[in-house]
Amino acid sequence: MSEPTTPSVPQATGMVAEREILAQVRSRSFLVSTGVLLLVVLVSIVVGGFMSGRDQPDTTVAVVPQTAAALAAVPGVEVVDAPDEQAARVLVADGDVAAAVLPDDGPAGVRVVAQRSAPDGLVAALRVEPEVELLQPQDSSEGVRYLVSFGFGIVFMMSAIGFGSTIAQSTVQEKQTRIVEILLSAVPARSLLAGKILGNSALALGQTAAIAAVAVVGLVVTGQDDLLGLLGAPVVWFVVFFAVGFVLLAAVFAASASLVSRIEDTGPVLTPVMMLTMIPYFLVVFFNDNQTVLTVMSYVPFSAPVGMPVRLFLGEAAWWEPLVSLAVLAASAVAVIVLAARVYERSLLRTGPRVRLAEALRTRGD
Amino acid sequence: MLQLDGVSRSFGGRRVLDDVSFAVRRGRLTGFVGGNGAGKTTTMRIVLGVLAADAGTVTMDGAPLDGPTRRRFGYMPEERGLYPKMRVAEQLAYLARLHGFERADALERAHALLDRLGLRERAGDPVESLSLGNQQRAQVAAALVHDPAVLVLDEPFSGLDPMAVDVVVGVLAERAARGVPVLFSSHQLDVVERLCDDLVIIAGGRIRAAGSRDELRSAYGSARHELVTLGDAGWLRDEPGVRVVELAAGQAVFEADDATAQRVLRAALDRGPVQSFGPVRASLAEIFREVVEDRQEATR
Repeated sequence: MSEPTTPSVPQATGMVAEREILAQVRSRSFLVSTGVLLLVVLVSIVVGGFMSGRDQPDTTVAVVPQTAAALAAVPGVEVVDAPDEQAARVLVADGDVAAAVLPDDGPAGVRVVAQRSAPDGLVAALRVEPEVELLQPQDSSEGVRYLVSFGFGIVFMMSAIGFGSTIAQSTVQEKQTRIVEILLSAVPARSLLAGKILGNSALALGQTAAIAAVAVVGLVVTGQDDLLGLLGAPVVWFVVFFAVGFVLLAAVFAASASLVSRIEDTGPVLTPVMMLTMIPYFLVVFFNDNQTVLTVMSYVPFSAPVGMPVRLFLGEAAWWEPLVSLAVLAASAVAVIVLAARVYERSLLRTGPRVRLAEALRTRGD
Repeated sequence: MLQLDGVSRSFGGRRVLDDVSFAVRRGRLTGFVGGNGAGKTTTMRIVLGVLAADAGTVTMDGAPLDGPTRRRFGYMPEERGLYPKMRVAEQLAYLARLHGFERADALERAHALLDRLGLRERAGDPVESLSLGNQQRAQVAAALVHDPAVLVLDEPFSGLDPMAVDVVVGVLAERAARGVPVLFSSHQLDVVERLCDDLVIIAGGRIRAAGSRDELRSAYGSARHELVTLGDAGWLRDEPGVRVVELAAGQAVFEADDATAQRVLRAALDRGPVQSFGPVRASLAEIFREVVEDRQEATR
């Protein structure tokens, strides 16, 4: 048997992180919730693709020689040639085709003949619309804009709250069971904190990457890869911002939780940090058409991971903006971690009533 | 040798430890005895560095305790704590790794210790699925798994059945025999009496007595003698310098100094056959009461 050698701070941090990850990966609730989350993403993409009509079977339409040209460019239509109007009408009456397109004197130039109702797609395809010229064209439609904002917002909020709560729980559990006294007799408090943040950040990032992967595969398989081209770069930025932003939030969750000694008491201390993680979501959902709000959001550290990728997707941010915002975020993360480590170290061994934040920052640890 | 000198600590103006000094010698099991709230746990937490002392020092072989030295301590806190959902062997191996053992080595140690403590079958189970007695054994294992140079255990025997007490005592005695100072607190005085070599008695945050078990026994309650005669021993009541504690026909327990006791023995032989005569060794419970009450009267 070898002699023990005191592990360095990074080594101890690695062991703590490894334990945090194993504990999560083995817990049924984590596996189930991850599975459900991935399934929801996949289903919503597939349903989205279905709703947009790409998977509907072609409509059979009878044409006469005069109208064949009008339908040549219409997608989703299977053309049946009829020699004349009479033959076309018979095909419709017999139910062989869903509709017939015949010449007409009206402004549209064609007439759609159907039994009870005309196929929606067909009428829409033949509708004549005036030419529109936009002086300030938008890259994306209102719907997509909303969906993408919503997507970034909800993924960030769910991950931050989910893994943040895990960190908080594990911190309080260690205090409550007093295993923290055994742990601190072996490793410094900052290794515990760092390991906890690192382990859970890795999990959160892994889960987010899995969601991104499922989304990409889903989009490709359902033939919506044109959206992918628009989303690619913003998604990469989102993952980068997420990694840094989550570390910042994780530190706040751990420090807040270290102030109390029992799981039952975590509610009040976690409320402020929960708000911090939810505000970006509501802002981005309600103000995704307000440039000023989005711009401010994309620079405030707590909301930048949501705000900046949305602006990048909308094409509203210059190339240097994400870099500046990321620098601001990283600097605030370092500052917050230093403060959080202070609070954590000083509150960890104090049991009983809740430790006041100011007290934890001021007094010596005892 | 682990030495405490003049350790004091107050919580919110209330002094819970007052000038606490005692030694835990190598190779000996030292029992730390006191009532609820006497200061046992606070003292142990200060030794471990989990709590800071307001005054006084704790030294190991004359050197003040620092981080690296304390990392070689094994500690069992009063509130039992292990990760409830983590498997027993893995948890012990994790603690051993945090203390610097290699992964494989750590796991080997964990299993060896679980075997020794009779938990082999439960090694792969989550801690929360174990009975309270078995959780307690796992907790003892957690204090021992990194081969500590000093052991500090807060109530290691509470909640253990007599068989488990024997197993744990055996393990602690092995460690002590290897030269490890072992300090454990308990309020089960009979257990402490049976197994510890040295005793420290604390009450109201002050050390009331400390020393080897035999020293304490001779220092307290040694003035008692027991006499068993064939005839009635009622005459003892009239002997000068004798205070009868217990009397039933020919059997009597009395307090007297040694010279008086010898005189009483001769007197008894003059009256008839004496079946037995000798000093009565005070039980720890008696010593404890005597020590604690004495001091309370003295301070009044």
